[in-house]
Amino acid sequence: MAHLANHPATRAQAKVMNRFDLTQRMVALLRQDEAVIGGIGYTNFDLWAASGRPDGSRRTQNFYMLGSMGLAVPIALGVAIAQPTRRVIALEGDGSILMQLGALGTVATRGQKNLAIVIMDNGAYQITGGQKTHTETGSDIVAIARASGLAQSAWAADEAAFEELIRLAITEDGPWLIGCCIDTGKPQDTTERDPARIRDQFMRGLGVRR
Amino acid sequence: MPADTSAADTRAAAGTWWEITRDVLKRQRVSLVTYVPDNVLRPLIEAIHADPFFTAFAVAREEEGVGIVAGAWMGGTRGILLMQTSGFATLPNVLASLSVPFQIPTLMIVSERGTLGEFNIGQSLVARTMRPVLDSLAIEHHTMTRLDEAEFILDRSITQAVATQAPVCFILSPLLTGGKVFAK
Ligand SMILES: Cc1ncc(C[n+]2csc(CCOP(=O)(O)OP(=O)(O)O)c2C)c(N)n1
Repeated sequence: MAHLANHPATRAQAKVMNRFDLTQRMVALLRQDEAVIGGIGYTNFDLWAASGRPDGSRRTQNFYMLGSMGLAVPIALGVAIAQPTRRVIALEGDGSILMQLGALGTVATRGQKNLAIVIMDNGAYQITGGQKTHTETGSDIVAIARASGLAQSAWAADEAAFEELIRLAITEDGPWLIGCCIDTGKPQDTTERDPARIRDQFMRGLGVRR
Repeated sequence: MPADTSAADTRAAAGTWWEITRDVLKRQRVSLVTYVPDNVLRPLIEAIHADPFFTAFAVAREEEGVGIVAGAWMGGTRGILLMQTSGFATLPNVLASLSVPFQIPTLMIVSERGTLGEFNIGQSLVARTMRPVLDSLAIEHHTMTRLDEAEFILDRSITQAVATQAPVCFILSPLLTGGKVFAK
């Protein structure tokens, strides 16, 4: 894990970035139909916003949760187990992951090679009014992930470092966890709330249905 | 075999509740098993771990198991979650916001505590919440009490869950499993 040595040791040392900008950068780096699971909160909205294409079509390998707060990582783990040759990314908020920290240990125990977790950490429950989460007062998600057994966990120092980490996560064996310190910029769009359609398109995007 | 192949003989040949369950899961290609353990489920969990057909592991919390098998289902693999009654009581939110609205055939086996000789008042109270939750979400559930019905209920109901894209919950009564006995 020598290549992770250069990354910031704590959240406080990471540059404060923007969720939509980072999500766009991430989606632009996806080349192999990687699956992406968007947790609830604004991570989901910006994934939707970043996944529209100029021709009006939309990335079909995305799954958008409507509730089940904290379950982006378990859902992504399930997809990764079912499709071991596909890379799977869980995109989750800090408030959400704080609710399901045990899932980090489950991923570590499985040693799921094709799984990456991206945490958009704004230190707040932004979608419900911006109340502080524990990450704002000292809980460090990357440190928690490492202590849960996810050795390949790092804070993204800046946008270039984020891109480098995403490239690693979609090419080298995981599991990976990438912490992103972000501002409280508003999301760029709102996800369509049609669960049956979301699930069906995702399954078609994964080649499970035709 | 002699001509006497009575129902009782077939039953004996079919084996224990956990052998029947394991075999139906295999036949139905339910290869992913997540669980939070329960003492009564122990022989089933051990039999599943002993069989290379299955990918089986414990999760930290039952909700996680529902998420994992939902993801696996969307990725083309059938899975199931094993738990005890108290574990089921942590699930209404995920069933109502993931399994049911997204039409995901979440398969669940619950080892029933809280009845027929329960010694822990917490278990007997939490057990009372289970069927009302399932009914309020219109989730199919079966309380399994008899060995001779076990295969039929499991096999038919898994087929139905997949065909109708709806969750199903199998409640294993102490009448089937022997339950957990009060130890003085
Ligand atoms: C179990 C549960 N508790 C509370 C909520 C209400 N809720 C919805 S989103 C959210 C905040 C999510 O915070 P975070 O993951 O940090 O994302 P952000 O809004 O900051 O993007 C909360 C508390 C919920 N949906 N489910």
